[in-house]
Amino acid sequence: MADVLATVKFDAEGYMEDASAWNEKVAEAIAVREGLKLTDRHWVVIKYCRDTFTKTGEAPTLRNITKNTDVQTKELYELFPGGPGKMAAKVSGLKKPTGCL
Amino acid sequence: MAEQKQPRKLCIIASKGSLDMAYPPLILANGGRMSGIETHIFFTFWGLDIITKKKNKGLNVAVIGNPNMHPMFHIPSIIGVIPFMSAAATWMMNREMAKLDFPPVDEFVQTLVDSGAHLYACKQSVDMFKLKLEDFVDGSKILGVMEFLEIAEGAQIIFV
Repeated sequence: MADVLATVKFDAEGYMEDASAWNEKVAEAIAVREGLKLTDRHWVVIKYCRDTFTKTGEAPTLRNITKNTDVQTKELYELFPGGPGKMAAKVSGLKKPTGCL
Repeated sequence: MAEQKQPRKLCIIASKGSLDMAYPPLILANGGRMSGIETHIFFTFWGLDIITKKKNKGLNVAVIGNPNMHPMFHIPSIIGVIPFMSAAATWMMNREMAKLDFPPVDEFVQTLVDSGAHLYACKQSVDMFKLKLEDFVDGSKILGVMEFLEIAEGAQIIFV
């Protein structure tokens, strides 16, 4: 796992510098570093984050995640106990979200 | 050994119930939860309306005595006395918030409950307005100020 992350650049807070260097193996490794065990439900969120990033260049708001996937607020917080606003973006290889929702 | 850092905790006191003053505590609390910060909101006085089921769908913007309205739409007090001016301003604000994808107040409060934020109705205000626990959004609790201050120990406190 450590080998996967060795070649990936992170900022001081642990967000990936270059979203294009992201792949599923990197996601798994970041998750381990952050103390998460990824399940299918995490992947629903991660895939939506990546799709949104491809379209808009930014991480989606949590409101958008809950509106456009079947993951609702309660579950989202259970999936990412360290705060889904930060953790979902981190695991998806995106920068810290700037939105307020 | 580095000193063990206390986990961050946010306590917000929401004391106003107009539409424009309902959003700031909700947005701050939501931001706290999104970042994984333990968050508590104490709704007191008019702020109670924000979690009162019968009221939180219909909060209004006051046009009289509100010096902060948009310059283009500034409504002088003398005009503000005309019926429906407050309703018009409320409609406008709701529309602008929806454009930014902010949920309506009742939906926002539910999101906060689901996110694990703690919501409290101030006991003194509850008694004064003759309300009961059933009048508030599910998941909220009635709390006295001393208990709230115990919870707030070591937290960052914000008064709105």
